[in-house]
Amino acid sequence: MTAAHAIPLLQARGLSFLRADEPVFGPLDFVLHAGELALVEGDNGSGKTTLLRLLAGLLHVGTGGLDWRGQPWQRDACAGEILFLGHQLALKADLSPAENLRIAAGLHGRRPGRNIANVLADVGLAGYEDEPVRRLSAGQKKRAALARLLLLPAALWLLDEPYANLDRAGIALVNRLLEGHITAGGAALVTSHGAVSFHGGEPRRIRMHA
Amino acid sequence: MSRAPLSHACAAVLRRDLTLAWRRRGDIAMPVLYALIVATLFPFALGPEEALLQRIAAGVVLVTVLLAMLLALDAMFRSDIEDGSLEQLVLAPQPLALMLAMKILAHWLTTALPLIVIAPLLAGMLHLPMAVMGVLLLALLLATPMLSLLGAVLVALTAGTRRSGMLLALMLLPLCVPVVIFAAGAVAAAQQGLPWVAPIAWLGAALALALVLAPLACATALRIALDA
Repeated sequence: MTAAHAIPLLQARGLSFLRADEPVFGPLDFVLHAGELALVEGDNGSGKTTLLRLLAGLLHVGTGGLDWRGQPWQRDACAGEILFLGHQLALKADLSPAENLRIAAGLHGRRPGRNIANVLADVGLAGYEDEPVRRLSAGQKKRAALARLLLLPAALWLLDEPYANLDRAGIALVNRLLEGHITAGGAALVTSHGAVSFHGGEPRRIRMHA
Repeated sequence: MSRAPLSHACAAVLRRDLTLAWRRRGDIAMPVLYALIVATLFPFALGPEEALLQRIAAGVVLVTVLLAMLLALDAMFRSDIEDGSLEQLVLAPQPLALMLAMKILAHWLTTALPLIVIAPLLAGMLHLPMAVMGVLLLALLLATPMLSLLGAVLVALTAGTRRSGMLLALMLLPLCVPVVIFAAGAVAAAQQGLPWVAPIAWLGAALALALVLAPLACATALRIALDA
């Protein structure tokens, strides 16, 4: 976890987001290098989801600065390098997990060596490829959304409550995905309420002060 | 890492929306049935006098198709906003305006095209002469994409508000006035044996403009709607 790259993947300097001129969080200062995992901690309403949506590019920076690979954050510069998994899983209920992944791959491209069948098997959805998503359980839907992380190429994962709705095996699955991503040189920002144990070192923590 | 080519992305969005529409084919039939019923009401209300119906036929068909499209317009982005698909589309490394253009195309194919297919039936019920049927269809082919495009911009603008259906109608209908005037004008001219190319050309020019500008406006409006 001590990837001493000269240029950090993501750097926030006094970053905050304003809603009706009121800061939702911040000012925050943090640095995230490739190969690092950061845990975003905070109480309900402290702005964890807002921070992730801002970093994904859905919200605009209120005050402060945000750098991506040493350059001021720009939509085009990091397009396709960031994957955001929010509370809404972006799965079409009428389509099967395989069809949902096919759309995502059409938009983002695919990691080399990955295809829809093997990522669905990896997240434990083998046999459910062609079942409409509406017939899956909440945990299985979450797994179908997690399959996107394996299939699509990205340097930075922004995961909002990835452990919600998952059973013990599912939690282990998320940890395994994160570990694989970090060791492959990716970075991840994860929000979570619960105490989550990561293998392979203590993750960095970003405290949101409400 | 292999970036997805633009053609794949366009095909993926188009195929997704068409597949979804096909899985819910009942929804496609709704505007068609609505248009059929509304058009049938006119002879009941006005009496079966052929000359009168003939004169109003083109206008009735146009307005009916317009209102039927309005019914389905509200749903253009609704489910995508609710399940987060729209956020993912915005974040995808593809030109958003082009992706939205694909969505608008899919919407036009699934709502306007069935209406255009039954338009001759509606016009026939109202005794529109067969000779001008072609002009009516041409006018519809140019007018309906305009409505889809203008409607998409307004849907994107009202994306953040709840129960936007009525607001959408109030905003879109005034914008439709020129479209209706030119489309109905072309059919009326053809009915009287006058040259009808000019209003059709105007419609075509307006459509070309909307085709280029509306997806861009739609993309900007959606980004603003999500940024809150």
